[in-house]
This record gives sequence, structure tokens and C-alpha cells, in this order.
Amino acid sequence: MLKYVGKRLLMMIPVLLGVTFIIFSMLYITPGDPARLVLGDSASPEAVEQYREEQGLNDPFLVQYGRYMKNLILHGDLGTSYSTKKPVIDLIKDCFPATVKLAFCSMLFALVLGIPIGIISAIKQYSIFDMCSMAFALLGISMPVFWLGLLLTLLFSVKLGWLPSSGFNTPLHLILPAVSLGAQSVAVITRMTRSSMLEVINMDYIKTARAKGLHEKTVIIRHALGNALIPIITSAGLQFGTLLGGAVLTESIFSIPGIGRLMVDSIKMRDFPTVQGGVLIIALAFSIVNLLVDLLYAFVDPRIKAQYK
Amino acid sequence: MEKKKKFAQLGDIWKRLRKNKLAVLGLIIIVIIFLVAIFANFIAPYSYDQQDLLSCFQGPSAQHWFGTDEFGRDIFSRVVYGTRISLLIGFVAVAIAMVIGVLLGAFSGYYGATVDNVIMRLMDILLSIPQIILAIAIVAVLGNGLFNLMLAVGISSIPHYARIVRASVLSVKDQEFIEAAKAAGSSDLRIIFKHIIPNCLAPIIVQATLGVAMAILTAAGLSFVGLGISPPTPEWGSMLSSARSYIRDYAYMTMFPGLAIMITIFALNVLGDGLRDALDPKQKK
Repeated sequence: MLKYVGKRLLMMIPVLLGVTFIIFSMLYITPGDPARLVLGDSASPEAVEQYREEQGLNDPFLVQYGRYMKNLILHGDLGTSYSTKKPVIDLIKDCFPATVKLAFCSMLFALVLGIPIGIISAIKQYSIFDMCSMAFALLGISMPVFWLGLLLTLLFSVKLGWLPSSGFNTPLHLILPAVSLGAQSVAVITRMTRSSMLEVINMDYIKTARAKGLHEKTVIIRHALGNALIPIITSAGLQFGTLLGGAVLTESIFSIPGIGRLMVDSIKMRDFPTVQGGVLIIALAFSIVNLLVDLLYAFVDPRIKAQYK
Repeated sequence: MEKKKKFAQLGDIWKRLRKNKLAVLGLIIIVIIFLVAIFANFIAPYSYDQQDLLSCFQGPSAQHWFGTDEFGRDIFSRVVYGTRISLLIGFVAVAIAMVIGVLLGAFSGYYGATVDNVIMRLMDILLSIPQIILAIAIVAVLGNGLFNLMLAVGISSIPHYARIVRASVLSVKDQEFIEAAKAAGSSDLRIIFKHIIPNCLAPIIVQATLGVAMAILTAAGLSFVGLGISPPTPEWGSMLSSARSYIRDYAYMTMFPGLAIMITIFALNVLGDGLRDALDPKQKK
């Protein structure tokens, strides 16, 4: 198991190196002189030239990339923000917790709602409950995150005045963003749980378990759900990527100081080092979640655990 | 003879698709949206950028079905013209992704070894960034605007096509008819384009249908945060973005563009799901 984790961690390195390389070269070819951006339009050409020389902006591409990577690996340094003049890593440290909290709460919301609804839908296939939940799931999948966010704000903070529409200080502030971000995942997970449960629910071993006189709850949860979990975990893992992406939109609706908003603001101010850092940190988070999902398989399914050895 | 067989196949698919009521509903909605886009200038009662400062913020009425916005522009007309922009973005972005993705996937699967390794590792790298974040990064490089947005959304969905095509190529590459084509002296390119890609069409069509929905949604999201299309172009996402400032007093402004996005995405999703079932040979009876 440990060997497997080590191998997977090693495999993450080339992917992340690739991400840094692609993002670095993309922003390198972006039109516009970084020195000009930092110093402003009023700076003299000499000052700009001096800044370029000081910062090593005149060096060849690979030298610049090498320096960026050296600073990143040795000092965890992602460069300096053009607009705030602060180290990018500090900006990210300030913003990352909010994004993680938001994504985590949305995921929790999606799992807590999606899995039970999916199970009940599968047990009572074609019942009114099943029809309704599938109809809602279809709507949820087609619902744009940002529109749902606006509608929820309209209903719960403008009309009813129950929940705050922006800010991020109390748990109350988290409800609307987490619900609007998680809604789509609820839909995906519900559908996945239902179809995956339906596949196992008519199998012989379930009949055997019932025939043995096991409690219906035990049959459904231990025997059926246990075997239906793998596709559910897979889809939940993939949803996490969608949540990280969707967080960009949600953060901007609810004025949450997270990575997504940081990136959007940075692009508008042409602050490329910050954009670079943001993309990298999200890719890192996503890769780690994917690894965790694969490890979770082993806990759920002993057959997979045996393969990891 | 050949042609007849193809039509028979299409007929089979249509027969199976027709049984799925939701998919048919999706298809009907898509056709209607297409007609609205094509005949937008006949349907819309006003032009999309015609301002009338005397009638700003008017709620829905007989004159302005969806009301007017902060510049007195008719929201119904803007939503109608918006179908053009959204469909354009959806289809062009998917076309970009499909052409590049299918080629990469086909070469990767067909040649294997180093080519496969290089292409697929590159795809892994792109897949390790959530799609909308990748699109944002590309927009950061290219800048705002309609074409750049289509390019960004298109490039960021290339890996999905490459992976699907590669998997299907691997499943057909060792079959006899490919060997026969090789023995007959066909060139690699001919084999890829004439024999392999046509055999992988089913999953590509399904992915493309769902991909158009994804592309429209991503583009609307980017416009919503101000990284896509900016006013006065009537893009649904950017319309929502400006409506957001007036949500306290003029909530109707946020309803219609959002509804338009949702209906479009819904139709494409159910059609895609239906096509997946109809094209799946395992379900043939």
C-alpha cells in the first residue's frame, strides 16, 4: 500500500512539472512587457530596461523557467505579484482556505443529499419519489452555477432576508455559496448512486442476504451499497474538479475572498504571476484529491486493495 | 448499396432515439433554438443594442415581453439574439476541440509507443487542471473577445476527445479489416481517416453533443465574471452579470437570460444521453 502511494506521488511530479511548464510558457508568450506593467506607463525607457535586467527578464526562456522552478522548489517562492507587490505565495495562502472550505462544504452537501436520495430512488424505482428526484437531478445538471447563485440570493437574502448574500465570516455565510456550488454535484451523485445501486440490487447475493433473514437495512447498506460505492466515489472525485472550477464563479457572486476571485481579479489587472500561482495550486489540489480517491477505493473494495500491493 | 446500408443504420438509430421521449423533447428544443438563432432579426421586435433611456427598468409588459434593462434595451430581443452568440460559441469551440482532439487521439492510438506516450502525457497534464480554470488561463493569455473565448473553451476540452478517440482506436486497430486495408497497401493516413475514425464516430457524436452544452456553460461563466464577451453584445452570461447589480430592485432582469441558458443546456444534455443509448450497440436487440 505504502509502495503504491509512493509510486503515485512520484507520478504526480512530472504532471505538475508539465503544468508549470505549460502555464509558464503560455504567460511568457502573452503580449505586453512585464516591466512596463510593474512600473506603469510613466516610467522612462531606461528604468524599464534596468528593471528588465535586474529581474532577469532579458534572459532566454529556459533560463527564466529554470529560475522560476528553482525558487519554487527550494523556497516555495511563486514570484511577486505585479499589482500588490506581495509574494504570490502569501496571497495564495490567504485565499486558499476559503476556496477549500467552500469546495469541502459543497462536496459534503452533495454527498449527504445525493447518496441517500439515490439509494431511495433505486429501491423504489419508478415510484413518485424516484420520478421527482430524477426530474430534479436533470434540472440540477442543467442549472448554471452562477444563475442558481443569483436565484438563491434573490430568494433567501433579498426577499426573505434569512441569509447574508455576501461575505465569508460565519457558517451562515457559507450556506448559500455551498448550496449553489454543490447543487450540480448533488444531481450527478444522485444519478450515479441510483444507477449503480440498480445494477447490484437484483443480483443473487442480495437475494441470498435477504433469504438469510438479514435486516433490510443491512442488506441495502452493507451488501448493496458496499458494492455500488466504487462508481459513486469515482464520480464524486471527478466532481471535486468541477467544484474547484465552479468555485471561481461562486466566489465572485458571493464576494468570497478565495483563489478563484484572486485569479479573476489578477487577470483583469494583468497580474500574471498570481494567475500562474493560482492555476498551479488548483492543479495540485485536484491531483491530490484524485490520489485520495484512488486510495479510498482500496478501503472500500478489498479486491482493489489486493492489486495495490 | 453502400449508401442504402448507411441509411438503414441511421434509421435504426432514429428508431431507438425516438423511443426516448426526453431525448426527442431535447431535439425539438434544439431545433427551435436553431430556428430562433437563424431568424433572430425577424423574431426580435427591437434591435439588441437599441437604447431607450426613457424606458429603463420596465418590468415585463405587452410591449417588452421580458422587460427592459438599465439602458432601456429590450431584454426579449437581447435573449433572442443571444441564441446566435451561444450556439456560435458552443459549436465553434466543439469543432476546434473535436478536430484537434480526434487527430491527436487517432495518432496516439494508432502509432502507440512514443507518440502515444508524449500525446497522452500532455493530455494528462491538461486534464489535471479543471476545465474552466484552464480556459481562464488561456483567456489570460489571449485576452477577451468572442474568438478568443471560443478558442479558450475549445482548447480546454481537447483532452476529452483525444482520450475517447484513443480508446476506440485501440479497440478497432487490431481487427481484421484494418489488417486487410494494410495488406491492400493503404497508407497510414488513409487507414486512420477512412477506416478508423468512421468506426469511432458514435462516442465522438455523444461527446460533442454534451460538449456543446459544456462549452456554452463555460463561456457564459467566463462572461459572467467579466472574462468573456462584454456588452453590448447580447451574451446570456454577460447579461446576467450586469443584471446582478440590480437584483434588489429589478429581479426580473436575472430571470430570462438564466432560463435561456438552462433550457439550452437541458436540451443538449437529454439529447446527448439519448444519443448515447441509441448509438450503443450493446443495447441493440
